[in-house]
Amino acid sequence: MNAPTLPTSLVENPRLDRWIRFLPDRTVRIATGKVEIGQGVVTALGQIAADELDVPLERVVVLSGDTAEGPDEMYTTSSLSIEMSGGSIRLVCAEVRAKALDRAALRLNCSPQDLSVVDGRFLQNGADSGQDYWTIASEIDFSQAPTGAAATKPVAAYKVVGQSVPRLDLPAKVTGAAFVHDVLPDGVLHARMLRQPNPGAALQSLDEAAIRRAAQGELEILRDANFVAFVSPVEGVAQSAAAAAPAHATWSNARRIEPPQQEAAWLKGQASIDRTIGAAPAGSPTKRPFQITVSRPYIAHASMGPSCALAELKEGHLTVWSHGQGMHPLRRNLAAVLGLPVEAITARHLHGAGCYGHNGADDAALDAALIARRLPGRCIRLQWRREEEFGFEPVGPAMLVTLHVDLDERGRPADWTTEIFSATHVQRPGMGSGYLLAAEALAEPPPEVKPTDPPEERGGGGTRNAVPLYDVPAHRILHHLVVRPPVRTSALRGLGALPNVFAIESLMDELAARAGEDPVAYRLSILSEPRARRLVADVARRANWSARGPAGTGKGLGLGFARYKNRAAYAAVVASVTVQESVRVDHVWALADAGLVVNPDGARNQLEGGVVQALSWTLKEQVRFDESGIASCDWQSYPILRFSELPEIEAELVDGAGNPSLGVGECTVGPTAAAVGNAVAHALGVRIHDMPLTRDRIMAALLKA
Amino acid sequence: MTIDLTVNGERRQIDAPVTTSLLEVLRNQLGLFGTRYGCGLEQCGSCMVLVDGEPVYSCSREAGTVAGRSVTTIEGLGRVDSLHPLQLAFLDEQAGQCGYCLSGIVISAKALLDRTPNPSRADIVQALDKHLCRCGAHQRILRAVERAANTMRNGRTA
Ligand code: FES
Ligand code: FES
Repeated sequence: MNAPTLPTSLVENPRLDRWIRFLPDRTVRIATGKVEIGQGVVTALGQIAADELDVPLERVVVLSGDTAEGPDEMYTTSSLSIEMSGGSIRLVCAEVRAKALDRAALRLNCSPQDLSVVDGRFLQNGADSGQDYWTIASEIDFSQAPTGAAATKPVAAYKVVGQSVPRLDLPAKVTGAAFVHDVLPDGVLHARMLRQPNPGAALQSLDEAAIRRAAQGELEILRDANFVAFVSPVEGVAQSAAAAAPAHATWSNARRIEPPQQEAAWLKGQASIDRTIGAAPAGSPTKRPFQITVSRPYIAHASMGPSCALAELKEGHLTVWSHGQGMHPLRRNLAAVLGLPVEAITARHLHGAGCYGHNGADDAALDAALIARRLPGRCIRLQWRREEEFGFEPVGPAMLVTLHVDLDERGRPADWTTEIFSATHVQRPGMGSGYLLAAEALAEPPPEVKPTDPPEERGGGGTRNAVPLYDVPAHRILHHLVVRPPVRTSALRGLGALPNVFAIESLMDELAARAGEDPVAYRLSILSEPRARRLVADVARRANWSARGPAGTGKGLGLGFARYKNRAAYAAVVASVTVQESVRVDHVWALADAGLVVNPDGARNQLEGGVVQALSWTLKEQVRFDESGIASCDWQSYPILRFSELPEIEAELVDGAGNPSLGVGECTVGPTAAAVGNAVAHALGVRIHDMPLTRDRIMAALLKA
Repeated sequence: MTIDLTVNGERRQIDAPVTTSLLEVLRNQLGLFGTRYGCGLEQCGSCMVLVDGEPVYSCSREAGTVAGRSVTTIEGLGRVDSLHPLQLAFLDEQAGQCGYCLSGIVISAKALLDRTPNPSRADIVQALDKHLCRCGAHQRILRAVERAANTMRNGRTA
């Protein structure tokens, strides 16, 4: 077999021991730069290693997100972990297996072909040879770079991959301590923050005496320019101080937000960086123009657990424990702010509550590190307050999407322009244009930089899923990257995919109606991609689409389809809804094609979770602003979907084992939003274009109808 | 101030201002980390514990008010090697993603099943509706509670 092009992860971490070690207790430790964020990646990567090495999963330990010993694989994002880290681990394990068998064959004076592996033991022509990975490991040079040259197993030989093995991390989570929040070394100091209201705001006064009175206990107040932290051996004391602090601080240069800035419509006409991507401008004037505009407001990650980190500075070395999505990038970002060499910092991942993108996790790590720097030798546990989590995490950007199409005589799009207004979708420090939050509060804040969005080769940001998978002769994107949104924005599950798919699939239903055709039949008439066709037809069958009633009865059935990033998993979703004054989603059928699935139950869990989160976004969620910033700072002002609002969900994967693994974590969000939008339009007989589909909007639509 | 209470069947004596939250006492003084902080506002349910069998938000409950009472946390249900049927059912159904919400939910489910051994889906939804789960594991969680109810009614233990 020819050496394949190595995955980036292997090129950038060119030592076998960064990936794999055989430990004395007869386990094998696989290391990954990707981290567990509730998506089950650690288990799935363990499964891949177990198969490739022929060791049972019980012997595989996975070290994840560790700058001291594990590989640098940037951030855990974009449903890429199985493709990237999994692909690397598979190659590394195949290579180590081959090397181990070569060495064993030398020792046993036989051919490697005579050897097989069972439970990590090497059998010679079926009989125990007395050799195994652990007896041979010392003879392998693990400082070598992986070559990717060893043959990996054929899919048909997988025993563990493809099985729904239970998640390795879940037992701890239903019995006790399991998260970074739960680490409490002796002598730990608890810390909370007073946040600078916005970058550029300057602290004019702080009534420390009043804060101390509110705190009622031993309290240290640390100040550094506009950075203020409260530290106490007693958590409640630090918490009370921080809760009282905003009322006892005055700031100059605080921003003023106007009410319209809260809405996506505000984006149009703002200063932006403009690009045209795709086909040349349409030549002839439009003959049968049609257009549709949809919007999605700012939405929150709204993690159940507030951001938290531990940090300790000991003998000049800083160790940080964080639930961020990438420990190596975090280390680099911390080093840049603290003015330390990266070698002086170790960043270790510990589990946190689900984050669904770039939330406050990394910012909390810097908060903790800055405090630890002031109190050397003490372990600092920093946690955000609930209102801080809502008020200061980066939010998913609002988007306004207009589709202009020119139809052919059969009512199919002949020319299509997608116009997108959105702030940046990625301000991960070191990747996009953003900084760790507290850096802005220090004496020398970082310079303002021009915002960027992920390039289209990486799936785009605002443009993610803007290119329809349908057969369209000419398509172009006009992308307006709005440069100064009122609040910090960054990556949230799916980036621009949800609004873009919502737009495309709304258009499909509108065009089908104009053509007098069934929405599924209309789609299939311009969808030639075989895997896509199969999925749409299959989900429609499961949802008994052929029995779909007329529009405007209060009951609706709607479909949404997309292939995430046009290159990850395919998903088709049907939703049935009942609309009276508000929307009740009754049933959701979600079907995905994710190629070879490492852990089917884990993947289904991701599909279901994506459906529920998208339902919540579509029906309920909008970040609200007041004049100084984000005002929806608790679960009452930012409600999410509850148990009593849950539909029946059937989420399934089609057999895709003939194709490579495709990331599945984000594929259902766009199609789910679109399916609900279309079902509501079917139920009402009139479409609501702006998310969330609230009671007010339904009442307004009914008045119009 | 000294407060006497029973936690997971054991008599405990703690020394804390009576206004300290029960959540902070459980976590930071007794080392029971399964009870989690989510909001401190009685809005999410991450911090749910049983006080004399009733589900209570420990984030807003002052420790002084549980003097002489019996508190049960997730650790009191079962440990990894001796799981309660509810914990077992959550693992059997793989009911959870990040897992942050789960211990509070299991506690509310325990209170429900103690009262109503044969709950309908609607009973379970009602009992859990004060809990939030951002990962969207709701359907699996409902199935897990149904599974646990079945197991417990049939007298099988873990
Ligand atoms: S932490 Fe108590 S209800 Fe949220
Ligand atoms: S499993 Fe993550 S919040 Fe429920």
